[in-house]
Amino acid sequence: MRDIAIVSFVQSDCVRDAGAQNEVELIMPVLRKALDAAGIQSAQDVDFTCSGSCDYLQGAAFAFVSGVDPLGAVPPIKESHVEMDAAWALYEAVLKITMGQAESALVYGFGKSSPGELPIVLSQQLDPYYMAPLWLDSISTAALQARTMLDNGDITEKDMAEVVARSRKNAKSNPHAQLKGDVSVDELLAEPTYLSPLRKHDCCPVSDGACAMVVATVEKAKEWGKPYAVLKGIDHRIESHNFGARDLTQSPSTQAAAKSAGVANGPVEVAEIYAPFSHQEIILKRALGLGDDTVVNPSGGVLAGNLMMASGLSRIGEVAMRIIRGDIKRGIAHATSGHALQQNLVAVLEEA
Amino acid sequence: MADLAAVVGIGQTKYQTKRKDVSIAGLVREAAFNALTDAGLTWDDIDAVVVGKAPDMFEGGIMPELYLTDALGCNGKPMLRVHTAGSVGGSTAIVAASYVQSGMFKRVLTVTYEKQSESNAMWALSNAQPFSPHLNAGAGGFFAPIIREYMRRTNAPYDVGIKVATKDRLHGARNPLAHLQLPNITLKEVEDSPMLWEPLRFLESCPSSDGACALVISNEELAAQSPKKPAWIRGAAMRSEPTMYAGREQVNPQAGIDCAKDVYKQAGITDPRKDLDCAEIYVPFSWYEPMWLENLGFADVGQGWKLTMEGATSLDEKGDIPWNCSGGVLSSNPIGASGMIRFAEAARQVRGDAGDHQVDGAKLAMGHAYGGGAQFFAMWVVGSEKA
Repeated sequence: MRDIAIVSFVQSDCVRDAGAQNEVELIMPVLRKALDAAGIQSAQDVDFTCSGSCDYLQGAAFAFVSGVDPLGAVPPIKESHVEMDAAWALYEAVLKITMGQAESALVYGFGKSSPGELPIVLSQQLDPYYMAPLWLDSISTAALQARTMLDNGDITEKDMAEVVARSRKNAKSNPHAQLKGDVSVDELLAEPTYLSPLRKHDCCPVSDGACAMVVATVEKAKEWGKPYAVLKGIDHRIESHNFGARDLTQSPSTQAAAKSAGVANGPVEVAEIYAPFSHQEIILKRALGLGDDTVVNPSGGVLAGNLMMASGLSRIGEVAMRIIRGDIKRGIAHATSGHALQQNLVAVLEEA
Repeated sequence: MADLAAVVGIGQTKYQTKRKDVSIAGLVREAAFNALTDAGLTWDDIDAVVVGKAPDMFEGGIMPELYLTDALGCNGKPMLRVHTAGSVGGSTAIVAASYVQSGMFKRVLTVTYEKQSESNAMWALSNAQPFSPHLNAGAGGFFAPIIREYMRRTNAPYDVGIKVATKDRLHGARNPLAHLQLPNITLKEVEDSPMLWEPLRFLESCPSSDGACALVISNEELAAQSPKKPAWIRGAAMRSEPTMYAGREQVNPQAGIDCAKDVYKQAGITDPRKDLDCAEIYVPFSWYEPMWLENLGFADVGQGWKLTMEGATSLDEKGDIPWNCSGGVLSSNPIGASGMIRFAEAARQVRGDAGDHQVDGAKLAMGHAYGGGAQFFAMWVVGSEKA
């Protein structure tokens, strides 16, 4: 791939229930701000647009179709959509830019999870014949994974609580976070289990919201005269759907994507990791090969607020904005999809 | 500049009402395996997989590509899932091509499917929405008023749709994979079939099919090593516009016009009727043939129906620009795959591998798909030569 400039990124607040706001109303404010930050008027001013969403959150076939309404009507645009987290929409934009068919792209993700019961809804991600009829929800599969790790002695419940305490603390500086504050590991461990061995705070909250990003070739970004972060590498891998056949304590797909994206080619100052459950951050930190010198999830991560279908792109955006602001020179971001970390994406970002 | 890419393997299933003998995974694996066999390859030769299908709510599984990764030999590889409404089969092929055209991958597998027998598209398209008006009539109910407006504007005779429906079924009878096999269909039989959504009769509508379609797309170097003739991707384009906006032209959508112009420019086409040897165009309801003939520049606005009535688009009448030689969407409609089948059948034509529905000496062919409220478009042009 060629170097891609991330020019702007905007995320909405993570809220438990956006009320009467529909998806278009969630998208429009972040789109406007992301376009303004890049100094462009509308989606008609970029060469390609791609979004990520999930029809099931809205409970309607073709729910994503309304997602083009915020883009302006005419002229028609070069546009695509993935039924995946918007991090994969960015991947499609990277392909288009690398092949020379676009010099700039708008990428966005949106999800309004509040109308349904998200963990139960996500049970329908499983094998439709053998697993989905059992209504095994996304918290249950994560609990199986955490139990395996605890039984193996890979982690302790204290390790999990430490991830949560750090997330809540870091989120204090994130204006978009849903859950934040100072809470001690002892206090967390005193909480009852929710779905053993997970306590409620080990699970990400359910949030409504959206995020948007403008990317371009480095040449185009320079022409726009805007500061930018450089996407140096991005790759994603998937593992077997049969989690009985997987070692749930490891994430070989993350490891492979990290290697291919070039995580180890330089120091990792910051890593934003999409870990919807506390123990998964530990699996992913190991798979990404991160040491103690890397600051993990300075935003609080998704334990502080999880915009389904947008959280992966948000992780990339969080790192990009830290680079654009000059806080760091190099960082990585991760996105996941499916139960128990089945599919994973890794991105490497550097200063210009 | 994009790298050259070519279709080197094509795999389809037989299309039929119910494939009770296979699961969804079995269905997609069958198409994928057929494509690999056609390309003389095995699963290990594939660098990435791109899956497309129509809405998840049809079969009722969320992001089914997560479940299909094992069946598609994708474990440890990159998997992407495209969803762009009815155009998805075409969009998915275009996204898969971009994996190779970007130079980031050498050879990819792309698969699209629908198993309508385990689904209820009519229901999935008709459930009430909290924020928009309720449309309780499926796709035919949505498109019928637009067709009536086309008839009003052009004064086309009432039987243009009947002619298209008959012609595409006669084409389909030449294609053993086609769902509907109606070699003896007559104009009268179509005309006598029940009216569903005025002016669309039962036989002027597409069937509900189970089926999957797969392509192997490779770079120039690997295409040269391919056992069969490659179909070179000479142009690919997508366009979208919102379902509704003030002044939207719904009969002849701007997004379709722009998308066609873009793909013709890439392929060096100035007169599509003359320059192309045949086309596989997404016509799920009969009247969309004359409407798309105009939208895609094969005929002037208001004149499309004349080409249909003259037999210009018919293989049996030796028309100069045969449309949907495979039988088209009117003969087989596994929704998510229908666009890719158009793209695949265009490739079969330029490979000279289309069996009884082959257009003699076809060198340049177009594949087309549309979706949503005729608002999402995907098109490609494939050729027997690189340029």
